[in-house]
Amino acid sequence: MNNTILIVLGMAVVTYIPRMLPMVLMQKLRLQPYIKRFLSFIPFAALGALIFPEILYSTESIPSSLVGAFLAVLVALFSKNLILIVLSGIFGSFLYQLLFL
Amino acid sequence: MKKSFFIEGIKQGLPIALGYIPIAIAFGILTASEGLSYLTGMLMSLTVFAGASQFVAVNLMSLGAASGEIILTTFILNFRHFLMSASLSQRLEESTPKLSRSILSFGITDETFSLASVTNLDDNKKLSFSFLLGLMLVSFTAWNAGTWVGLFMGNILPDILQNSMGIALYVMFIGLLVPALKSSIPIAVVALTAMLAHSAITFVPWIPSFSTGWNIILSTMVGAFLGTILFPKEDLHE
Repeated sequence: MNNTILIVLGMAVVTYIPRMLPMVLMQKLRLQPYIKRFLSFIPFAALGALIFPEILYSTESIPSSLVGAFLAVLVALFSKNLILIVLSGIFGSFLYQLLFL
Repeated sequence: MKKSFFIEGIKQGLPIALGYIPIAIAFGILTASEGLSYLTGMLMSLTVFAGASQFVAVNLMSLGAASGEIILTTFILNFRHFLMSASLSQRLEESTPKLSRSILSFGITDETFSLASVTNLDDNKKLSFSFLLGLMLVSFTAWNAGTWVGLFMGNILPDILQNSMGIALYVMFIGLLVPALKSSIPIAVVALTAMLAHSAITFVPWIPSFSTGWNIILSTMVGAFLGTILFPKEDLHE
């Protein structure tokens, strides 16, 4: 078998195992309340860390990313419709690039 | 397997699919342009299913990096899913069998995890296998379809649109976070702390910085840890 294919399969294994172990093993575990609490905060902490500062570099330029992000926050304050929020973010950065680049 | 939950999962996953397609197209284009085989690109999206690490791997392959280096880098970049898997394991219906859990595990990405985590949070309802399967399947399909388009058809989107769509998944994260911020002070403190921590790691020279994967893990843990200490009792949604 081709070496590149073996690398890809190796990548698949080392990516899958950390995804799988807690999901399968922590099912019956009796967790301390503070651990449960820590785990319940993970999604929101992860969202924060995933958004910033990386969002700044997600388009052609920082200003165009900022315009998209700002528009998305604005829409998200009034609507929970994710498609609408995503489209407004794309539209914001698209418009900036169209006008200024 | 409940069909209505499955369909609901697919519907909820559409914004993820929308965000995945342009990125997967870019991945396919990069793979082809670096002279790697179509099979490599297709197989990677089918078996690894983790965006950033796939880009890095293609880059390392084109530079002729050693196999061990590529696999280790992938492990480091994707290890953050361990934390997400631990968190999600507590939200899944307890009766979900191990086999079902091991199938769902494959579909844990930053995006499917975040979306699943904010679903049904208000009424504290557990998540079903069928819902998560639908959510993950639509995301997985979009990721692979996009990869194929990029590999075989090249860039079908105009550059300016492709550039703007790079923001799609980030603003989706914003859409998931903003309603939670509005409803809960502890959540707002936790999320902003993680943002600050990640910025500090990235920008402050004397704070050690690691690979992106570890930086995200560390910032996430700082945020969640502070929340656990500051708000030991309060209900998340008061």
